[in-house]
Amino acid sequence: MLRFVRSANVKTMQPELFSAEHIEELWQILWPATLDTLYMVGYSSLFSIIFGTLIGIILFITSNEVLCKQNIFTSITNKVLGLIVNIGRSIPFIILIIAAAPLTRLIVGTFIGTEAAAVSLTIAAIPFVARLTESTFAGLDKGVIEASVACGASLPQTIFKVLIPETLPVLILNYTVAIVNLIGFSAMAGVIGGGGLGDVALRFGLQRFRTDMLFGTVILLVLIVQIFQIAGNFLAKITDKR
Amino acid sequence: MIDIKNLHKTYVSDGQKVEALKGLDVRIESGEIFGFIGLSGAGKTSLVRCISTLESVTDGEIFIDGVDLTKQKGSDLRALRKKFGLVFQHFNLLMNSTVYKNVEFPMKIAKIPKHVRHKRILELLELVGLSDKSDAYPARLSGGQKQRVGIARALAADPKFVICDEATSALDPATTMSILHLIKDINKKMGVTFIVITHEMHVIKEICTKVAIMEDGKIIEHGDVIDMLVWPKTETARQFFKTADINLNHAAYEISRQTPGKIIKATFIGNNAPDPYICTVIKRFDVDVAILGGHIQEINETIIGILIIKISGSDDAVEAAIAYLNETIEKTEVISA
Repeated sequence: MLRFVRSANVKTMQPELFSAEHIEELWQILWPATLDTLYMVGYSSLFSIIFGTLIGIILFITSNEVLCKQNIFTSITNKVLGLIVNIGRSIPFIILIIAAAPLTRLIVGTFIGTEAAAVSLTIAAIPFVARLTESTFAGLDKGVIEASVACGASLPQTIFKVLIPETLPVLILNYTVAIVNLIGFSAMAGVIGGGGLGDVALRFGLQRFRTDMLFGTVILLVLIVQIFQIAGNFLAKITDKR
Repeated sequence: MIDIKNLHKTYVSDGQKVEALKGLDVRIESGEIFGFIGLSGAGKTSLVRCISTLESVTDGEIFIDGVDLTKQKGSDLRALRKKFGLVFQHFNLLMNSTVYKNVEFPMKIAKIPKHVRHKRILELLELVGLSDKSDAYPARLSGGQKQRVGIARALAADPKFVICDEATSALDPATTMSILHLIKDINKKMGVTFIVITHEMHVIKEICTKVAIMEDGKIIEHGDVIDMLVWPKTETARQFFKTADINLNHAAYEISRQTPGKIIKATFIGNNAPDPYICTVIKRFDVDVAILGGHIQEINETIIGILIIKISGSDDAVEAAIAYLNETIEKTEVISA
């Protein structure tokens, strides 16, 4: 009875925490936001891992005497690429989102919205993944690469049959770190209308004092991070035979 | 056959030049087990890295069956690399692949068809005694087993030459012996030429037919292992072969010096090493013989005996006895008068 009176009286205020209609309301905001987050993180993870790994490989081989005969060309490639990666990593993401607008428009046709945010996230994560990949490869025993080269393996053969398979568990763990980072970064996607859980936390939770929304987003974000981390750990474990 | 001519290798790091190889000439015949021995910094590793083309040559030529290695590039170079198998000190196996896949790796690179690969892998694992470990990962193997995988992998693509770079240096003595026997066995059965790099004399003694002693980027002495053991020309060679030699205990030397007579070190080589020379000397020359030390060892299936004796008696008799020994056995040295 009391419960009824309270909810009838304060319709504009926060509804009862566990009432069906309240959960329904939360769900209607949080579920699309979750999908937006997953969309942004999913695409940006996929593309940043592809391009980041590629750049990481180039960074690694252009400074490896055994894999690739070092000359002025490799040295310049390594230095220039390294510089670009460092610049990319030092620009704050919030600035990068806006600075990348022209490029974003070129790729997805617009610089606002979830797709545009996914592009910005990708651009921000590529240098990070590149460095992670490079350092993962650097952690591999040099002797294994020498053994491969001494067998007469070509550069692509060494990369795809030795470098990547041998470091796969570490790569997976590092990619997981990058993905979790991207989940955090995606919170800032609201700036360009990207939506997502972080955006909900900011607009509803913080600006409208909806503590329930704030907690809801935090719980969902924690869940997503947990799922990715557990999946990453699991994959790393089953691929690790060392 | 590997023919190395005037090989130079200079490393440049931070603007400083380091000469690792300073004009090295050597010829390795097919079917041999050729050992390179030297202390660290002598240039052994540089030499292996030059032969296996992991490092470019500064100057000089390396002929592999008449083809100059140093002039090859790209796919020609990779094809030439397939003539070599490498066995490493720290094994350098693919830790994320099974024993089977590790041995398969060079064959995949050499584009050998799958059914041929399968048959050969099973043969090789049988040869190195790891048939039951085919699906195991290297992490679960002992050091000796890992090196057996390393050897099987080195042999996989049917190389003409196998280079063992300190292959037994990370192993315990018993495992070292089993690996050395395996190498010798493979050399006999398959006729593969082995190039053995080591800093341990007993590795050379155990398996090598020829040896080159390296010092300061050069080969200072090379030849037959037995010749070098018995007639070393350089001090470094003498130092290395010390373990194979016998040194008279100092106290025994001092005591035996107090009575007249000559101390002699006699070296016997070959199947007549166990012959009763000493008896003959005593009977024939009216001298007394005291044995101060000695041992017999086998190198390259040749028996080498070293004996330190003291001969005493009349001067003429002693002289005659020494002359007799000089004539009949391979080497006699008068240590003290």
